[in-house]
Amino acid sequence: MTTFLQLDFVPLAAATLACLACGLIGNLLLLTRQSLLGDAISHAVLPGLVLGFWVSGSRAPLPMVAGAVIAAVLASGAIDLVRRTARLETGAAMGVVFSAMFALGLVLIELTGAASVDLDIDCVLAGQLETLIWPAAEDLQSLFDPRALASLPPELWTLLVVFAIVLGVLALLWKELRLVAFDPDFAATIGFAPRTLGLLVLLLTALATVAAFWAVGTILVIAALVAPAAVARLLTDRYGVQFALSAAAAVAMGAGGYGASVLLPPHFGLGGLNAAGTIAVTAGGLVAAAAILAPSRSAARVSA
Amino acid sequence: MRAPDPVPLPPEPALAVHGLSVAYGGTTVLRDVSWEVRPGTLAAVIGPNGAGKSTFLKAVLGLIPRLSGEVRLFGRPLAEARRRVAYLPQRASVDWDFPLTALQVAAQGRYPHVGWFRPLPRHERDRALAALAEVGLADLADRRIGALSGGQQQRVFLARALALEAELMLMDEPFAGVDAASEAAILAVLRRLARDGRTVIAVHHDLATAPATFSEVLLLNGRVIAAGPMATTFTAEALAETYGAPIPLAAAA
Repeated sequence: MTTFLQLDFVPLAAATLACLACGLIGNLLLLTRQSLLGDAISHAVLPGLVLGFWVSGSRAPLPMVAGAVIAAVLASGAIDLVRRTARLETGAAMGVVFSAMFALGLVLIELTGAASVDLDIDCVLAGQLETLIWPAAEDLQSLFDPRALASLPPELWTLLVVFAIVLGVLALLWKELRLVAFDPDFAATIGFAPRTLGLLVLLLTALATVAAFWAVGTILVIAALVAPAAVARLLTDRYGVQFALSAAAAVAMGAGGYGASVLLPPHFGLGGLNAAGTIAVTAGGLVAAAAILAPSRSAARVSA
Repeated sequence: MRAPDPVPLPPEPALAVHGLSVAYGGTTVLRDVSWEVRPGTLAAVIGPNGAGKSTFLKAVLGLIPRLSGEVRLFGRPLAEARRRVAYLPQRASVDWDFPLTALQVAAQGRYPHVGWFRPLPRHERDRALAALAEVGLADLADRRIGALSGGQQQRVFLARALALEAELMLMDEPFAGVDAASEAAILAVLRRLARDGRTVIAVHHDLATAPATFSEVLLLNGRVIAAGPMATTFTAEALAETYGAPIPLAAAA
């Protein structure tokens, strides 16, 4: 139990929270057919993250989150600008902007010397769940011991706060976000500002993306954004059920995926598996299982 | 000393548009449109594809920016009259695969009364149900919108607009792609609205049914071709000018 608490508890919780935060907000992206925007944002935040890291000289969450949110807003503005001035379709505009910003982030990692500390390209791509250890843990009592809790990796607290924010905003603006996702024009005519709410979804996406960054890496954040919502969408036509099922899928993906990375390797004589990889593979498996479980729905969808 | 009685003013038009112009990316879509609609009127906006009919409604509602011109609703600017106006968007403008029920969509018409941050109270839900009943869809309240026919979807939109309890309703093709049953149901609602003194302005594409349905008409093709009472305005000459080709009215009717 001590080994579990010291080595696996925090990564397990972090993976689960990351998938939950991204998965819940991913519903709004999926339902408005904007999942690609989530992908774009998750890549475009990188330069902001690196600059936040560079300015503060540490992995303190606030500067990095602030940098990422600024980068996300700039990216969405740039996507809009490119789309209009270059007359490109939205997908192409996103591709141009997010790959350029991601590359800028990679360059900044080298330029700012972040790589020599503990922000390197591997970590950006695949996350660093395995490094989130809790040496102060002794037994289950540690979960209630303020001193032991104080030594929990800060990433876990960041994830917890972000998850609480996502949950709070979704609860508070439940009917408003649903209205704007379904019919923004009508929403505007009755005074429920679709632009403001759209920007809020964008900010939440950036926030969830940054928080999940440590757990699964930038590249696989897209799996956390899309897979839980996609699983739920295959299984239900109820808006509320959609969110509940996506939360369940997010837990299965995060906890199950991390568990697989710990439990599977000994059976195959391997030293270890990258948790981000097993989480994303688990996500793919869940989507496939949902598609098989709901053949009538997916068939109806294709023909519709 | 008593002030002399004020001369009674004529009722403010439900909609008054003066010199409205709208451009999309450098192309002028509407040029210098002026039109007034009196309260209690059923009015049609008619013109060929690309004539700017939907654009006209959206510009009136402030959904797209105006290049120039003035819009007054009941004598007031839009910001002061929002609560008195209902918009029924084109059916194709939303994703009907969205996971919502007919009642959940109709209930959106009660949101201005509920306000921000609050869930829908029970009595507001009942009013949305009543609006669904008025368009003949009470039995389908819990049906997901994707499983409804095109005409039923159109009626759900109408129920949502009714739930707003607005005095002026701007409808974008309320009869587009509907079957006979839905057409009759929608028509009955429009007639009831007019009897109650409400104003309906609808983009309409069916020239055959227009004269029997609406009392006023705006013939539009980027600019106003003609506007006025249906009986005197909806003529073969005006239609030919609107569509750029002679329209066999007799055959259409």
